[in-house]
Amino acid sequence: MPSTEAGVRAAAVSARGWGWRHAGRTAQAVHGLDLDIAPGERVLLLGPSGAGKSTLLHALAGVLGGEDDADESGSLLVDGVRPQDSRGRAGLMQQDPETQVVLSRLGDDVAFGAENLAVPPGDIWARVHEAIDDVGLAGFPLDHPTSALSGGQKQRLALAGILAMRPGLILLDEPTANLDPAGVLEVRDAVGRCLDKTGATLVVVEHRVSVWKDLVDRIVVLQPGSSSEPAVLLDGPPDTVLEQARGMLAAAGVWVPGYVPATRARAGTSGGELLLSAQDLAVSRERPRRRGFRTIPPVPAQSGLSADVVAGQALTITGPNGAGKSTFALTLAGLLAPVAGKVSAGVALSNGAGNDPYKWKAQQLISRIGTVFQEPEHQFVTGRVLDELMFGPRHLGHGEERVEELLERLRLTHLVDANPYTLSGGEKRRLSVATVLAASPKVLVLDEPTFGQDANTWAELASFLSELLDGGTAVVSVTHDEEFSAVLGGTEMRLRSAAAAVYTEAGAA
Amino acid sequence: MSLHGNHALLTRANPLAKFVAVFAITLVLALSIDWVSASAALLAEFALFPLVGLTLRLLWQRGWPLILAAALGGWSTAILSADSGRTLLDVGIWSISEGSLELGLGFMLRGLAIALPAVLLMSCTDPTDLADALAQKAKLPHRFVLGTLAAMRLVGLMAEEWQTIGMARRARGVGSHGSPLQRLRATLGQSFGLLVQAVRRASRLAVTMEARGFGGSERSWARESTYSLLDVWVLLGGLVISAGAVLAAIAAGTWNFVF
Repeated sequence: MPSTEAGVRAAAVSARGWGWRHAGRTAQAVHGLDLDIAPGERVLLLGPSGAGKSTLLHALAGVLGGEDDADESGSLLVDGVRPQDSRGRAGLMQQDPETQVVLSRLGDDVAFGAENLAVPPGDIWARVHEAIDDVGLAGFPLDHPTSALSGGQKQRLALAGILAMRPGLILLDEPTANLDPAGVLEVRDAVGRCLDKTGATLVVVEHRVSVWKDLVDRIVVLQPGSSSEPAVLLDGPPDTVLEQARGMLAAAGVWVPGYVPATRARAGTSGGELLLSAQDLAVSRERPRRRGFRTIPPVPAQSGLSADVVAGQALTITGPNGAGKSTFALTLAGLLAPVAGKVSAGVALSNGAGNDPYKWKAQQLISRIGTVFQEPEHQFVTGRVLDELMFGPRHLGHGEERVEELLERLRLTHLVDANPYTLSGGEKRRLSVATVLAASPKVLVLDEPTFGQDANTWAELASFLSELLDGGTAVVSVTHDEEFSAVLGGTEMRLRSAAAAVYTEAGAA
Repeated sequence: MSLHGNHALLTRANPLAKFVAVFAITLVLALSIDWVSASAALLAEFALFPLVGLTLRLLWQRGWPLILAAALGGWSTAILSADSGRTLLDVGIWSISEGSLELGLGFMLRGLAIALPAVLLMSCTDPTDLADALAQKAKLPHRFVLGTLAAMRLVGLMAEEWQTIGMARRARGVGSHGSPLQRLRATLGQSFGLLVQAVRRASRLAVTMEARGFGGSERSWARESTYSLLDVWVLLGGLVISAGAVLAAIAAGTWNFVF
């Protein structure tokens, strides 16, 4: 394959009976994989969780070698060479934007990979400029601080860093799972432009098929490793594969285009008592600073916010990144002190604890307002799933009988003895919702509950919340997910970038 | 820590030259407790403020813990050290005499004079440039230097993460109220949560760096660390300040060798 004018020679991938067992595991993550990818091909890798998609990507990037007693079988070659012996032939982008940035200045970060490949310094800067241009970040100076970039911009920066290495193989491991819809398109389009220009081979792993479907020319579906069946379940052009395997993929939780999982419909949308209300609220994550005897309030992320939280009704907070959505929700939940304005709990909610949720003790808070954070791991406080669920009820002294029901309802029963940190992404999400609900709060606040979730977890969560709403719980959620807010119904509060909010009625389901 | 917007003269000097100059000053001041050498060095350091783009306000914002520590150290030396000369203040076991006051003042000034060069260095030096100079000019192993640099970036994220974990745990019913023992346990739990997140982040960052070819023996440098005439002046400046401080103290007869 001749190299293109961009100086890239597309790489070929070939796997023959390849398998990998991680150190300390009994089962193989990938077993008996036979796969050929021609130079310049663009492949979307699908499959249920546990099918070894990430493991394969890491292996192709040559970063799997570090484990001591891991076990490899068969062969996996990039251009006929083992990946760990051909540094720089493949570039890998992972999910968490924060850890895709290495250095603190934009230009330096893009140059990092090229430096490691010992590219002559004169060539590096030419490559850096070209790469920054290609990913659409040319508006920033080279010394722009990388910490000041948004999630989508950080992922495009990572792509630029990869491009500057001139790899023949680009590997993307759920590159857009942590991004808002605008960020998703930004990254997808940048990847498309760069592939058109360089002709490099692409392998991408992603749940949301519709994002990548038009960009790839082949879909490979993997299945969890077993000794009797091959690792590749289906392989072919996108439309054919999606047609053949639509049912199977949907059942495995893949977001097939045009597929919205069935969810439980809301029974009624009539509201009940007023539980919480925010009046002319200004919010910020920062605390007031003291200078001498004066107290300087922080600059609010958003101000002039008023909202009512009513029993049995959903309030959905939407808006672009940086509009202060999460900050507002956390203030409403009694976790942050308002910069100005007031959050007050209605009599039905406060129940003798005073009307300022921020002043409630932690135990008073959890039986009234439950908050589910974006990252489930932030909320784990014990080392066992059952203890995690019993934690709230034990501290409150009541409600242990609800745990059994939650375990059952959120399909966690078989995991009671597991360590919460070892669960899969979907299991962690379900557990974090269950732990908060175990304390039976009247208001449930959720920060981006559907980010990065597969379709099955999504549907379970949406159905479960719709049931809670009908049962009289108020649900406040920060989300970019329109289908999710449609299931919950209620009121949508759209925040603009640090300006006044606008209200609209979300479609009642 | 970033130099964004600072265009002072010494931002252009090589970090290693600045590092050596700072080291010379610090070394000399560590050799003697006396107020003359310390104030001579301190005066010279204040004169450098415009050259590194530092103001008194910025100094207080960045270095207040050091300044407070120096003041506290001086005060406790003054009241606790053996008395000599006329007694100025006597409250029970605490007494301040001319001799102990002089020692305390010397201690405080020395503390400031030693801490200030480090603040000056970091005010006009980008950590990335310092890492470049340490790896290219001082020939420290690049894996170690760049690894440390990348890890430092994560430290900034940890402060944010600490706040988030604190809120997330309050939402689970782990409060910061209660007896000191309960508070200690809550803090330990929060620290464990932070540790887990730090390890996760660090291992993902390590994969990112390895996937970008980090860790090989050969490496080129996009930003070549170079010396210029300015660096000669920086070294000379460091030498003059440290020698000046010693000579001033010897001339005034206050040189007081600590070892």
